[in-house]
Amino acid sequence: MVKGNATWAIYCSFILALMLSAMPLPNGLEWGWPEWVPMVLIYWCMALPHRVGLGTAWVLGLLVDLLQSSYLGLNALSLVLIAWITCLLYRRLRMYRMLQQALAVLLLIALNQFISRWGQALSGNTASNFMYLLPTLVSALVWPWLFVVLRSLRQALRVN
Amino acid sequence: MFKASRTQSKLLGYMLLAIALIFADYNFPQTKQIRIWMTLLVTPIQWLVDLPGQTWTRLNELVMAREYLLEQNRQLRIQNLLDQRQIQKLAALTVENYRLRGLLNAAEKLDEKVILSELIGLNPDPFVHQVIINSGSEDGVVLGQPVIDSTGVMGQVCMLGPYTSRVLLVSDSNHAIPVQINRNGLRTVAYGQGNYDYLALADLADTEDIRVGDILVSSGLGLRFPVGYPVAEVTEVIHDPGRAFAQVKAKPTAQLSNSRQLLLVKIGYKHRPADLDLSNWDQ
Repeated sequence: MVKGNATWAIYCSFILALMLSAMPLPNGLEWGWPEWVPMVLIYWCMALPHRVGLGTAWVLGLLVDLLQSSYLGLNALSLVLIAWITCLLYRRLRMYRMLQQALAVLLLIALNQFISRWGQALSGNTASNFMYLLPTLVSALVWPWLFVVLRSLRQALRVN
Repeated sequence: MFKASRTQSKLLGYMLLAIALIFADYNFPQTKQIRIWMTLLVTPIQWLVDLPGQTWTRLNELVMAREYLLEQNRQLRIQNLLDQRQIQKLAALTVENYRLRGLLNAAEKLDEKVILSELIGLNPDPFVHQVIINSGSEDGVVLGQPVIDSTGVMGQVCMLGPYTSRVLLVSDSNHAIPVQINRNGLRTVAYGQGNYDYLALADLADTEDIRVGDILVSSGLGLRFPVGYPVAEVTEVIHDPGRAFAQVKAKPTAQLSNSRQLLLVKIGYKHRPADLDLSNWDQ
């Protein structure tokens, strides 16, 4: 991460996303819980591609792996890919209308879900169940709100 | 701004690094120890996540009405009295059991100590049935230690950190527990199915005597779990003439999705078969 102002705000948002993703949920709700960490990553990669990039994504993915006890490196892999795609397309993403953005987020989160499902299959969990794709839809629905919240945070603290 | 080619080589580097990590984690169980130390990094996050729930409980205790507490106290006293009566009987039974075992020259002395532990988190991935508890190797927890709650067997410790550890629940699709039917002693294995509501008994012949309502208790045959704790209750038995085995489902008796207070049982099996491969566990 390149030095800039209010780096702590970025860190805090990531920690909050990690906390949200590790939250114990009532039975059943965990299937439809948005993928907070990839979404926050997408936002920062889109808003500040010169500060939040592949390295941040990699470290973040490692933390997610530790929290989820999935194979170490699995989420690092998917988050690095997401960060790369977002950093590649950030100019276009910024121009998009909210609906188009949400659609892009849907695809990115789907990528994340496919990779983590692959990891689960690797660890012997082969239950055929398409519920793992539900978070992509929920994430896309949550995206506009998350975007507005993070943007107002960024503007209020003048993170750039 | 990065040039495209530089970003691409960076991407390649990070991806290779991640894939190498996955490969190492998949193939070499020795890396588990490194992982345990790295888990310390996310322990603060796990504590923070648990904080609101803890505070809520504390606050609740603080503002609870005096009458309510008195009533609760009274009820607990009664419960205690009833339990004490059971324990008195149990003491006599234990002595008798020892005598009978002595007569039979049985090798195992079933002496169990427990560590009280509290649940502080769940695994966020719904495919993986694991919970995080607030005791680790510093509290005397060991890898593979059985975990029970007040109503039955929960699972076993699958990842051990210094201050927290992870418990693999009996319902996880990677878990299997040797059980026997309490009614007739029939031995079998209960496999987790990735569902909190049932375990499957996959290898019971169609002719075996098993009925809905049978209680499955741990048989202790894997030398991992103590003998005689309730594991599940049979809820469904299907005899399909087209299949070699009966299809049996059993509901775990432990409150897998809402127990907070857990007990870690220390079991002292004296005789462990030498050929039992525990290399993945005993590090």
